[in-house]
Amino acid sequence: MGRRSSPEVNAGSMADIAFLLLIFFLVTTTFEQDNGVTRKLPRWEPDRIDTEIVIKKKNIFTVVVNKNNQMLVEDNLMELKDLRAAAIKFIDNGGGKSADGKTCDYCKGERSASSSDHPSKAIIALKNERETSYETFLAIQDELGAAYLFLRDREAERLYGQGNTYTKMNKVFRDPQVKDEVLKGKLKKRLDKLKDMYPQIISEAESKKR
Amino acid sequence: MAKFKKKKSGELPQASTAALPDIVFMLLFFFMTVTVMKDGDLMVENKLPSAETVEKLDRKNKKIMYIYAGKPAKGYEKFGTEGVLQLNDKIAQPSDLKQFIYSELALRKEEVIPFMVTALKVDKNVNMGLVTDIKTALRKENMLKISYIAGKPGAKR
Repeated sequence: MGRRSSPEVNAGSMADIAFLLLIFFLVTTTFEQDNGVTRKLPRWEPDRIDTEIVIKKKNIFTVVVNKNNQMLVEDNLMELKDLRAAAIKFIDNGGGKSADGKTCDYCKGERSASSSDHPSKAIIALKNERETSYETFLAIQDELGAAYLFLRDREAERLYGQGNTYTKMNKVFRDPQVKDEVLKGKLKKRLDKLKDMYPQIISEAESKKR
Repeated sequence: MAKFKKKKSGELPQASTAALPDIVFMLLFFFMTVTVMKDGDLMVENKLPSAETVEKLDRKNKKIMYIYAGKPAKGYEKFGTEGVLQLNDKIAQPSDLKQFIYSELALRKEEVIPFMVTALKVDKNVNMGLVTDIKTALRKENMLKISYIAGKPGAKR
């Protein structure tokens, strides 16, 4: 054989192979990005019932959903659209003192004596029946969560300036692409402070049988 | 003097397809990076409700444990018409949750376990009874972080 230059490899079928792989990935993967309403469940303590701590009635905001998906808030029938405002009013009332004797100096509520003492004491108790639909339940959870977010956002803007809302800072803090540890540390401090000002206390009590 | 070659007949030259593989590879890499593997077929109906105050879940380090719930989908009618759970690839009842949680925990590294989140993908037409059963089972096993997976309002699911 002579010293021929080697013939060029035919790349015509490369596109076919790439297409094949492409189609494989199109079929087996999804674009799914999971978004969720995060909550923390209470610990399982079956013996707690007898030794339950006494909580003043005014510090509890009861939301009851029945099997027809109707909502009773503090024993009054309420539409879902009014829930957020009612919850904000309750949490932000600040009528008394917190457990360690501080008054809520940042609350902008009515300071009524018959509503919650302090955001750290204000408990939202959500009760549902077994027949309640999940959609309604989550819509209510969403509204309650939004009430807390509204208050945290408001305080964040007051403390850290216009545009620095809790929602925004939380988004940056949770973004895995942001690698700036100094920034994250700073954000964490701020977020924790805000969470401390308006702790989210939603109790999802056991649903009643029947 | 330049010479102008006359083209044979008036035909267009054939378009070059040499760049085709590059384009296809580009698409391929795009899909490989942006999408995630499906984790099996759904055997239950799964129309998620919508919510505003959602947070993104971090998929890294297998921190998330999925529990699906809904009415059996088409083709799975033999499991009844009431809401059931789907754990991995099996239709299950709330009583199977304990076993499931242990098997999921065994799959994960020990340091991840305290940060695990249970993602509840529950169909919006399910009754709360089923969800309560799931919550009770999770509480008993001390898996307290949960996330009710929801779509954003307006986005179709």
